[in-house]
Amino acid sequence: MAYTRNKPPLPETPEQLRARIPGWGVDLDRADRPAVPRERFDPDATGAHWDVPDQQPELRPRERSVEHARLTPVFGTAVPLKGVSGAIRRYSYARFSEGRAAHWLLLILADRVDVVESTLSALVAGRPDNPVAETGIRSELSHHGWSSRVGRGRADVGHLVLDPVVVAAPWVVGGAAVVVAVRAALRRRRA
Amino acid sequence: MHAMVYRGPYRVRVEEKDAPRIEHPNDAIVRVELAAICGSDLHLFHGLMPDTRVGSTFGHEFIGVVEEVGPSVQNLQVGDRVMVPFNIYCGSCFFCARGLYANCHNVNPNATAVGGIYGYSHTTGGYDGGQAQLVRVPFADVGPSKIPGWMADEDAVLLTDAVATGYFGAQLGSIHEGDVVLVLGAGPVGLVAARSAWLMGAGRVIVIDHLEYRLAKAREFAFAETYNFTEHDDIVVHVKKITDHLGADVVIDAVGAEADGNLLQHVIAAKLKLQGGSPVALNWAIDAARKGGTVSVMGAYGPMFSAVKFGDAMNKGLTLRMNQCHVKRQWPRLFEHLRNGHLRPSEIVTHRVPLEHIAEGYHIFSAKLDGCIKPLVVL
Ligand SMILES: NC(=O)c1ccc[n+]([C@@H]2O[C@H](COP(=O)([O-])OP(=O)(O)OC[C@H]3O[C@@H](n4cnc5c(N)ncnc54)[C@H](O)[C@@H]3O)[C@@H](O)[C@H]2O)c1
Ligand SMILES: [Zn+2]
Ligand SMILES: [Zn+2]
Repeated sequence: MAYTRNKPPLPETPEQLRARIPGWGVDLDRADRPAVPRERFDPDATGAHWDVPDQQPELRPRERSVEHARLTPVFGTAVPLKGVSGAIRRYSYARFSEGRAAHWLLLILADRVDVVESTLSALVAGRPDNPVAETGIRSELSHHGWSSRVGRGRADVGHLVLDPVVVAAPWVVGGAAVVVAVRAALRRRRA
Repeated sequence: MHAMVYRGPYRVRVEEKDAPRIEHPNDAIVRVELAAICGSDLHLFHGLMPDTRVGSTFGHEFIGVVEEVGPSVQNLQVGDRVMVPFNIYCGSCFFCARGLYANCHNVNPNATAVGGIYGYSHTTGGYDGGQAQLVRVPFADVGPSKIPGWMADEDAVLLTDAVATGYFGAQLGSIHEGDVVLVLGAGPVGLVAARSAWLMGAGRVIVIDHLEYRLAKAREFAFAETYNFTEHDDIVVHVKKITDHLGADVVIDAVGAEADGNLLQHVIAAKLKLQGGSPVALNWAIDAARKGGTVSVMGAYGPMFSAVKFGDAMNKGLTLRMNQCHVKRQWPRLFEHLRNGHLRPSEIVTHRVPLEHIAEGYHIFSAKLDGCIKPLVVL
């Protein structure tokens, strides 16, 4: 097959496409698409009736990226920092910019620590986690877990066995951390 | 109030939580009527997004009734039924003033690279989301719109993200009449992107996935030509073969961080979390695009590095375009498309799950059981 200057022919003509596909070509005009041009200066279009938004009160110290000049006028207040995971997160925000892998890797570590801390505190608070209910695994039975997967050539079946590993990983990491801490404490007492 | 709460990777439950309060004069509190689970929520659910805290509530696709408004709110009243874009944005910063609502600088203290999103970890601002009875909606005069009387609720909730994003993905492809458009991923975003590509005059629309039932939907809903990548030794070579060895003019990545197709990449990224995301689909996009072509990235990736084949993108002179969708900017046109039947979003809804059973909803969607394409959460 020779490589030529022509655009290869399409299987269907515009007329055929228009007949087959409702609305074919109604947004053909590229200048008349909602995301075009990418930047369109139109501050009155947003509904904002302020030049600078009021500041949401900072009722407790709010962690923030070192790349920001200030605490943003509005911010989320879900799940404030607490415990060891909170300390790791606070350190990560205070010490590393978003450009540093350490920033994100510490946050991911804190996420795993958080799972262990939160599971233990839920237990203490009398609201223990129920892994069966929380993983929704019962739907494997009610929603065709077997027939949805087997014999369908799905690419994700190959790593299915890893899902329980991911669920358990915080426990392995957390358990190892506890063992290390206890051994260090014992060693200190013996010394 | 009852709310979905994250308990750790692959685990969620419903808890009794304090009702959200007005924390800023332009806040509103919305009583949620209908919400959805997005493919993006799966990245959180699987523990992929940094700073996803146990106890947080997900959900960035929701509609509901205004329950309470802060003192400076002018455009909404208690009792209004509203659809809320997944973006939280101020409407007045450098970026909002230019229409880049997804990139607002005033709503996310945790990261400057990312805007604000409901229920999407602290990396997007630490807001609780709408898979709950009540949700705090910041900048109530900016984001939400009243739901038009003629619009079905299921369409309205899908417009808050999946539909707007799919359409946006096609736009970022800068499609010319007659272009060959390849869409990777036949989830809600990919399906709408494929359907929208025709509206922009595509000459051929090809969709690739490994889930047969989703490819069937791509043929029926998006009138697309479909291929299952597990049936081809090398799907990129196959794309070359069916495009006269040129490649596609436009490729849309509607897969994102947990792409399958290369076990090693998937495991390193999605299971071990040592990359911002599995770059399999993005690399396929780069390889399958024709030289000088455009790759539109709608798939979401984490903030860390991924092993993306940048050299090929450079040598091929590709244009790479991407962003979170500026949802509300798309709405006037999308409303038209719904009214005249050019888009029928609710056709992709497969499951309707009560909030109390949301753990099953997550599992069914995550494990792709039971022909699941788009699950809604009914409050
Ligand atoms: N940019 C935005 O504003 C925005 C908004 C919403 C969603 N998203 C992102 O878009 C992506 C898709 O969302 P969705 O709701 O459709 O999710 P989804 O999980 O339902 O769909 C993803 C599809 O990709 C398929 N897939 C996996 N690996 C593939 C590969 N290598 N090639 C082709 N297909 C492959 C899966 O089988 C699945 O059908 C997600 O990453 C989501 O986070 C981005
Ligand atoms: Zn989403
Ligand atoms: Zn802004």
